[in-house]
Amino acid sequence: MSPPVAVAPATPALDRPAATGQPIIVLQAIHKIYALGEEAQVHALRGVDLTITAGSYLAIMGPSGSGKSTLLNLLGCLDRPTAGRYYLGGEDVSQMSDDALSEVRGRKIGFIFQSYNLIPQLSVLENIQVPLLYQGLDLRAYEVRCIELARLVGLGDRLHHRPNQLSGGQQQRVAIARSLVNDPLMILADEPTGNLDSRTGAEVLDLIDRLNRDGKTIILVTHDDRVAARAHRIIHMRDGLIDREVINRAAPAAASPAHA
Amino acid sequence: MLSYQILSTVRLGIKSLLLHKLRSGLTMLGIIFGVCSVIAMLAIGEGASYEAQEAIKKLGSNNILIRSLKPPEAARQQAGGGAGFRGMSLKYGLTYDDAARLQATIPGVKRVVPMRIIRENVRFGRSEVPCQVIGTLPVYTEVTQVEILRGRFLTDVDELYKNNVCVITAGLAQRLFPAEDPMQHSVKIDAFYYRVVGIIRETGKAEQRTQAGRMEGQPLDNNVYIPLSTSRTRFGEILIRRMAGSFEAEEVQLHQVTVQMRDTAAVETADPQIRTLLKRFHDQNDYELIVPLELLRQAEATKRRFNIVLGSIAAISLLVGGIGIMNIMLANVTERTREIGVRRALGAKRRDITLQFLVETVVLSVGGGLIGVAVGMLTPVVVSMATEMKTIVTLWSVLIAFGISGAVGIIFGLYPARAAALLDPIEALRHE
Repeated sequence: MSPPVAVAPATPALDRPAATGQPIIVLQAIHKIYALGEEAQVHALRGVDLTITAGSYLAIMGPSGSGKSTLLNLLGCLDRPTAGRYYLGGEDVSQMSDDALSEVRGRKIGFIFQSYNLIPQLSVLENIQVPLLYQGLDLRAYEVRCIELARLVGLGDRLHHRPNQLSGGQQQRVAIARSLVNDPLMILADEPTGNLDSRTGAEVLDLIDRLNRDGKTIILVTHDDRVAARAHRIIHMRDGLIDREVINRAAPAAASPAHA
Repeated sequence: MLSYQILSTVRLGIKSLLLHKLRSGLTMLGIIFGVCSVIAMLAIGEGASYEAQEAIKKLGSNNILIRSLKPPEAARQQAGGGAGFRGMSLKYGLTYDDAARLQATIPGVKRVVPMRIIRENVRFGRSEVPCQVIGTLPVYTEVTQVEILRGRFLTDVDELYKNNVCVITAGLAQRLFPAEDPMQHSVKIDAFYYRVVGIIRETGKAEQRTQAGRMEGQPLDNNVYIPLSTSRTRFGEILIRRMAGSFEAEEVQLHQVTVQMRDTAAVETADPQIRTLLKRFHDQNDYELIVPLELLRQAEATKRRFNIVLGSIAAISLLVGGIGIMNIMLANVTERTREIGVRRALGAKRRDITLQFLVETVVLSVGGGLIGVAVGMLTPVVVSMATEMKTIVTLWSVLIAFGISGAVGIIFGLYPARAAALLDPIEALRHE
């Protein structure tokens, strides 16, 4: 791992000892079949094998219908594969119950969405706290940490603003802070810059880069080549399979992660 | 810890509801009206039955009242203006013998108080007040609730010597003697003077109540009591009433007999016995029996029925309110599908989502319930002031109304909350 760039004060979110190089995500022959009716079926994933190590910066690309979204849903534990095994942090999550999956999402995954998906009736600070709410934690004990995260994304002075009082870029930064609050194993970003202009988008991506440099595992789904160019490893999906894989040595900073 | 979580869920629910103030307010309105109507209706019902029961109690639950009635056939003939009736007297009603027989034969009778009630104008100086001149026995005070304000009531001596004395009610005293002391004077009734020996107040205005609806002319407050023996001698047995251009004469010995029984058990056995006894000596239906105990029972039964009707109406309005809440919450769930998806992605279990929406519904209904209780407790006060109806807000009606509003929230909140929890997180996230 490269010497960490001096960012802000050391936040709890970032000081987790990242065992760089350890595989944290292992997909084995993942199939996903959607039944559309009596007969019709869609074979969205046809046996995907993928290993992602801690500290990776991975981009998933592919045209629509390639199985990209399905893969993202499975990686995010929002759905279960029809067949195959999915180990997340050493735990087999492929056939877990709905409640158990919710628990896994809450503890191990940070989500960043294209349309930010902040909860409109809550303030910036409260939005950042939402994932903690469902861990049964006493929010008061985590308030300092949430404020630090808001500072980290540059919104320390907007803690009590409502999402509709913020610009798109600011909202996405709140979403990033929210994705960090539970100290997740990986961050799943689905087109994080899709709704932003290129300058704001670049700022948000810079922030994501920085998280990766500090040891966070990032999985990015995008259409945009320039966004994908920031990742160290790019996989292209086609017809429910990984079509090809590119190791991006041109990516700035960070040591190239080990590749299984 | 758990209470903290529930508290924060409630806070979140209030926050979400405040996002749409008008909508939440309108939704609550259904429950507010429901709860308010439960409390107000029961309060009015309770007040009405309380008044009726008090009135009946004042008649005395140990008493049986027998009143003379003009038999319907005779009344019709008279109204027809039959010339044959001119100068003839119509004879009906209870007799002195009836009173004596009741006293002698009915077991459990404590005392029998006969009354002659004659309408006459009572005069003092220039003032003249239409009154009921009631001839009765001294024991009258034992069977009705009478408060002696000044002087005394009639005595056995008055009765024995047919004394020309009278006891007047406080209201009459005020009307006849606005400036003088009544105890120093005599009043003139018909052609005779009667010395005022006492002033009383009838605490039970019960008689008036039971007669209401029968268009008895004057207020019963204008009563003059004279000894029964005096009444018989001074007025005679045939009472002549002058009317426009004609007169009617009737012979009525007693207008009312109050039979006081030893206890309420005796009242029940005596009731049919008295009916049988009277039937034997009266060939026409010229009397009626009033059994306050019976009336009391009926009033209670009526109240129960009344409460059931009111309760059903109120329950229906609460039901409608509940359906309104459910409707809004279903719309709410659809509108906030995206939020539900986000929460699920961020680790919310189905249980958490269910709880969130259930709490919102309960906050709505309990909030409406609280406002409803406040309005519902205020309404009877306003009604009482506006109509002089008595109202009683009972604790149990408040508790029931409030409890039902909470239950409505839970029952009608469960389905929308469950619908929200069962949404597929992926679909929900994609929802626009």
